[in-house]
Amino acid sequence: MADQSETPKKSQSGSQFGKSTRRTFISRLGMAGLLTSAGQVFAQRPLAEPTPVSETKDAVPAVEGAIPVTLRVNGQQYELRIDPRTTLLDCLREHLHLTGSKKGCDHGQCGACTVHINGRRMNSCLCLAAMYQGDEITTIEGLGQPENLHPMQEAFVAHDAYQCGYCTCGQIMSAVALLTEPCGPEDAEVKEFMSGNICRCGAYQNIVAAIQSVRQNTSRQQAG
Amino acid sequence: MKLFELTRADDPAQAIAAGAKATTAQQGADIRFIAGGTNLVDFMKLNVETPGKLVDINHLPFDKIESLPDGGLKIGAVVRNTDLAQHAVVRKNYAVLSQALLSGASVQLRNMATTAGNLLQRTRCMYFRDTAMACNKREPGSGCAAITGVNRGLAILGTSEHCIATNPSDMNVALAALEAVIHIRGPKGERSVPIDDFHLLPGNTPQRETILEPGDLITHVTLPPPSPGARSLYLKLRDRASFEFALASAAVVITAEGGTITRARVALGGVGAKPWRSREAEVELTWQPANQSVFQKAADSALREAKPQSQNGFKVELAKRCLVHALKLVTQTA
Repeated sequence: MADQSETPKKSQSGSQFGKSTRRTFISRLGMAGLLTSAGQVFAQRPLAEPTPVSETKDAVPAVEGAIPVTLRVNGQQYELRIDPRTTLLDCLREHLHLTGSKKGCDHGQCGACTVHINGRRMNSCLCLAAMYQGDEITTIEGLGQPENLHPMQEAFVAHDAYQCGYCTCGQIMSAVALLTEPCGPEDAEVKEFMSGNICRCGAYQNIVAAIQSVRQNTSRQQAG
Repeated sequence: MKLFELTRADDPAQAIAAGAKATTAQQGADIRFIAGGTNLVDFMKLNVETPGKLVDINHLPFDKIESLPDGGLKIGAVVRNTDLAQHAVVRKNYAVLSQALLSGASVQLRNMATTAGNLLQRTRCMYFRDTAMACNKREPGSGCAAITGVNRGLAILGTSEHCIATNPSDMNVALAALEAVIHIRGPKGERSVPIDDFHLLPGNTPQRETILEPGDLITHVTLPPPSPGARSLYLKLRDRASFEFALASAAVVITAEGGTITRARVALGGVGAKPWRSREAEVELTWQPANQSVFQKAADSALREAKPQSQNGFKVELAKRCLVHALKLVTQTA
């Protein structure tokens, strides 16, 4: 889509986003495709900043018709100037460098981009970012961090609920939302509620097992 | 995606005034209202929809579901599909609507999609989605690549030589069986249109899908009071068990007394160029015993005018069996 071919205006949200990240470093090496498919379950902040190639290379030209947008993501406020065509997914990934939310189909069919908006799961690839000002947006990065995982993230690790990991962040965002949705107790009902998240590796059995383990723990805790 | 101006309407009059400047409210509209965006943004990415202006209507006061004094229900235009499907009154009095909504799309999409947006959902015909293909709906006069192409999923009822696209909505099928009324506010005032008159058949103008004119804003949908003793059901048949459009579906609202059907409302999905109310089937059912042969007669009459294409002949029999089975399930004594 056009968002990708025309580089949107750079975030004005603070200096940390202007810096080179592991992701931009990797893409400079031209290995982005290889390494993203190698599978990273949870997005991590770079442990060590790689040597920046050149800051000016990252400078994005101003886009005609860019509009000021204020977004609240994972409890933090961001002030941006973006092309109105920018989807929430592209905004998260390209402007805020929150790359846990993945672009799979970009048409609301695969669920890799799933985020929570005001506590509800939605396909961020079909959201125009500028329409979600004032809303509470939560991405996988806001759910847990490697040193402090959400119980659902822990369960996905424990149950080996992935192979390549590309769909995993979307699966986990849906799975966490499912905990508060009117989903029946059976595996079949979990599968129905998770049908908006596609896994090409076919890790469905383990994904259902991970979700059920969290639900059983939750109900056990509530009973106890 | 074409660049657009994004504006937000804070009251209905603002939205109507903005929309009234459009040259059409149909295919090729230069100004579009946007709510959930699940359909519109998808088509904008494909350059099938190319509006120069979007009017965000999410903040208009049309987000409520209210019981009406006559026992009916008023559903706001921007009520999300999830909220409508889970609403206690809908589940109790209009089960067919709840079931239809929950059979469509995914949780994520239902959390975004709205009532009015779902009414205006565009076809899934792949020739409509692909701007390299001939499509009279997308580009009038360019031809229909589907008629000689891959047409397995397309319509068999209400089609024309210019277009065989299917209306993909599940919600619309339930609303047709429930005899919903669409309420519209426009530059010339307010009007109420039965759902059966809201969608248009393709005929010579497949680019015109509804009666909407520039500036027309759907404010809400009303459902008549539930018919006493009626039971309703939505049955959807598809290639996958979930997150898939219907090959054939049936929405039935049936009242039976002592084994005799006293009132029947029938609509079919996945087979029609618009949500397909079948009055022929209703006539065959009314004042008849609720049994297999009556159901079969009703199904035969519903599909009598079917015009299958090269790859979707199976839909005739599938839709019949779908309707027969739906009628059997809904009339089974609990």
